Amino acid sequence: MKTLSFGLKFTASALALGLAAPANADTLRLLTWGGYAPENVIEMFEAETGHTVEVTTSNNEEMIAKLRATGGGGFDLAQPSQDRIAGPQEEFGIYKPMDLSKIDAALFIPSMLEATKANTTVSGEVYGVPHVWGTDGLVLNTAEAASIKDYTDLCSDEVAGKVSYRMRRPTLIGFAFSMGMDPFEAYADEAAYTEMLSKVEETLIACKPNVKTYWSGGDELMGLVRSGEVVAAMAWDTGGWKLNEDNADVTFVAPASGALGWIDTFVIPAKGQADDAAYAWINFVMKPEVAAMITESAGNFTASQGADEFVSDALKARYQASFPQEAVDNIKWYPPVPAGLEALEGAVLDRVQAAR
Amino acid sequence: MTASTLPDLECDCLTKHFGASVAVDDVSFSVPAGSFFSVLGPSGCGKTTIMRMIAGFLEPTSGDIRIKGRSVLDVPPNKRPVNMVFQHLALFPMMNIADNIGYGLRRKGMAKGEIARKVDEVLDRIGLPGIGTRRVDELSGGQKQRVAIARCMVLEPDVLLLDEPLGALDLKLREHMKIELKALQAAFDTTFVYITHDQSEALVMSDQIAVMNTGRFEQMGTARDLYYRPQTAFVAGFVGDANRWQGRVIRAEGEALEIKTDGGLILRGVGPGRGLGIGDKAEVFVRPEAIRLAENTAQLSHFDTQISGHVSTILFNGAASRVIVADASGAEIEVTLPQSGEFAHLSRGMTVHIGWSGEQGNCFAAQGR
Amino acid sequence: MLCRAGAVTRMRAGQKLGLILLLTPLLLWLSLLIIIPHIDLFLLSLRERVGVRQYETSLANYTTILTEPLYMVTFARTAIMSILATALTLLIAFPVSYYIAKMVRGRARSVLFLMCLIPFWVSELVRTFGWMILLRESGVISGLLQWAGLAAGPVEMLYNDASIMVGLVYTSMLFMVVPLVTTLDSLDDAVIEAGYDLGGSGPSILREIVIPHAVPGIVSGSIVVFMLSLGNYLTPTMLGGKDSLWFTQMIYSQFIVRFNWELGAAFGFMLLVLSSLIVWVVLRMTGQTLEKTMG
Repeated sequence: MKTLSFGLKFTASALALGLAAPANADTLRLLTWGGYAPENVIEMFEAETGHTVEVTTSNNEEMIAKLRATGGGGFDLAQPSQDRIAGPQEEFGIYKPMDLSKIDAALFIPSMLEATKANTTVSGEVYGVPHVWGTDGLVLNTAEAASIKDYTDLCSDEVAGKVSYRMRRPTLIGFAFSMGMDPFEAYADEAAYTEMLSKVEETLIACKPNVKTYWSGGDELMGLVRSGEVVAAMAWDTGGWKLNEDNADVTFVAPASGALGWIDTFVIPAKGQADDAAYAWINFVMKPEVAAMITESAGNFTASQGADEFVSDALKARYQASFPQEAVDNIKWYPPVPAGLEALEGAVLDRVQAAR
Repeated sequence: MTASTLPDLECDCLTKHFGASVAVDDVSFSVPAGSFFSVLGPSGCGKTTIMRMIAGFLEPTSGDIRIKGRSVLDVPPNKRPVNMVFQHLALFPMMNIADNIGYGLRRKGMAKGEIARKVDEVLDRIGLPGIGTRRVDELSGGQKQRVAIARCMVLEPDVLLLDEPLGALDLKLREHMKIELKALQAAFDTTFVYITHDQSEALVMSDQIAVMNTGRFEQMGTARDLYYRPQTAFVAGFVGDANRWQGRVIRAEGEALEIKTDGGLILRGVGPGRGLGIGDKAEVFVRPEAIRLAENTAQLSHFDTQISGHVSTILFNGAASRVIVADASGAEIEVTLPQSGEFAHLSRGMTVHIGWSGEQGNCFAAQGR
Repeated sequence: MLCRAGAVTRMRAGQKLGLILLLTPLLLWLSLLIIIPHIDLFLLSLRERVGVRQYETSLANYTTILTEPLYMVTFARTAIMSILATALTLLIAFPVSYYIAKMVRGRARSVLFLMCLIPFWVSELVRTFGWMILLRESGVISGLLQWAGLAAGPVEMLYNDASIMVGLVYTSMLFMVVPLVTTLDSLDDAVIEAGYDLGGSGPSILREIVIPHAVPGIVSGSIVVFMLSLGNYLTPTMLGGKDSLWFTQMIYSQFIVRFNWELGAAFGFMLLVLSSLIVWVVLRMTGQTLEKTMG
């Protein structure tokens, strides 16, 4: 009987799918980060809407490079950070304006939605809505690196040879804040920004002997910290929280100059072919209970209104330990990166990498 | 013994085992200075193993090798006073002709000018002056051959070993090189030890030939000895062509024997000192040129073996033409076709008579009973 | 006569068609996957960004490369390290190849050859990661040294030029061994024996006979290894750590991280031209031609 009923159900759903297909069943090609589209969420979404989801995981730079290579084709929904939308859009035109009427605004934390919309507006059109947010800060082994309070402390003798950070722009920004400057202020003024960068460059080159290695992938950093080869690193909050599960001494600490806040968004590539499915996915994953599932999977909180109460207590506890209220208030949110700024930063990063 | 009568090369009870198999079995011989010595045998008989032991690439299991009276067993190949011309010559393709020939001299540490002079001299002697700057692959087969010999001779070795060096040449050139090699040997006045499976090479060039089979020397002697007085059935069969029958001895009078072959023919033969008696199994060898061809039996009356038959095949090959005669029982006998012209009209199926004298039938005890 | 001429023409036409059919895949492959992308890359490298979505044709990217010492220094470093890696690989691979080609026969030979091949059954990432496990501070070798009492504390062997070299040599071995075994195989044993027979010693035979014979194999193996090392991305990045800076990393970061495709394309072209130049110089110096070493 069981088999029979299963068979019947299967036929019924296949029929339903088959009939529904011409109307709205699409394949959603999703370009996202690891953990943002967990298997259980995809299954629920496919069952509910009839769309199928193909996931490609990537990072900010590769997402933009991929979309640029195809002129915004090959994917139907992408998730770059909110500061990387306006610049590439102006430069390469790889996104489509969002049809905000198709998005259920009530699902979003209003302040975050408004901020993201403001940051991703180009020529009066909104290109992105927020999804997951988190911060860059310090991952410390508190037993061995208790004195580290800020990025510049990574250069102290106490942790010599046991430090790691990335050779990417967040490192430049973080060090600049920690050195008492405001890089976001200088974004608009190329001369000031260049001057600021040269100071950061000097510091980073002087700091180089302290560094064990520059990490490039999350797993690499995890390995370094777990083995004890690195006791202080600049990294994402989730990395610290994950390590905390294994070793209570290791955790994420918001630096004194403020953690750097990022928001990963939803954008629709210029040549996306399944916009309906894309909007359906956005509205689906922003439901509080689904958003909580994504938080469990990715480790970061979402811009979904009311999702917090569905999140496990352990995660909430880690979050609260890392972020007392004043630390939350002190988060420096990335403003949009003006186009062309990366070239300046790139030259600095190259010189630091090459320095001996 | 004085130094001049000392043989250039002596091998004493030379034996070589490869695991369980015996490649060379208790071989002894000596080669007098200035002579041309050949080892003739089918492939796999162990002749190359002997040569490689003399050159120093293989160590004998037992026995001794002496060159000019001194044992060379402890001397590595690059220090032995012997040189080798390899089967495929093994000229150095990365060097020009002069460098090939000068290689050994350079290794001896000779001065550059001296080397150049010696190389020119030896090129003159092999009749190829002025080819020093040519590349190896620009030479013809015969030229390479001579260069390979010159490359060894310039070192003035006591013994020159040659490992079937004519094998890769075409027939015409091979015939020519046989004569040339002999002449070169005479010109350099060096002891040559030559290895071949080609009996005609050995017969034409050698002063002494050893016939080798399954690791042993069957017979050693001059070319004539081997051809006319083979001492074993193997030598009789291997050196030169022969008709061969198997049968039993039915009469024995001193050295003269009468043999009935398995096919029923009655043949006369001799087996000097081989102890063949009535009833023994025997093999009889008769060379095609020892058989006389006639149109009627009367011409053959003085032969004690006479057979009549018909021509089954004519093998025309100029001076070496032959006729195959089939007797009544169908057994085939090869007979040399006389070049006098009297048999020019011979054709297939014609009846002919053949005969030979008893001493031309060489008898050996056959293996097995 | 006329008829025959007609038949010959027909046959020639048939052969021509056959030739065209045989050549088509090659030509398609060459043009679609190699020539056209390179032309595209070249055109891209000639663009200069003057403003948002505004580009001009200029040599600015090439002047940037030539005027910014960092880029030329990085290229020089990459090239010198690659040449060193090639030389080391040759030094290690030559005895190995000689042993495989000349000293062993039958089964043992296939087994040895297979052992050179085994590292290539796993991906480059896994191979490189294997070295990281061995060399890192909390790794196997460091642990062994401490256990044996040869080191007082953990020893870091990763993230330096030596570890890059180890990785490059390891990755390149097979590409040196294969051409070397092939050329050494073609050297008649009798030629080596003739060398001994004529009074040569081991070293002199190696110098005058074996190495001159193996030159085409040495050159083709070296070209392949040099190109592979020069174009390697993973090994320098993972084993070199903070001090790596390989030219390919600069290309990667221009394309992917900096969105500066124009400069990245110019880097790519410089790499192509300069590495071709180095190979050409080496071929000239060794008196070899590309046809001889590759054919």
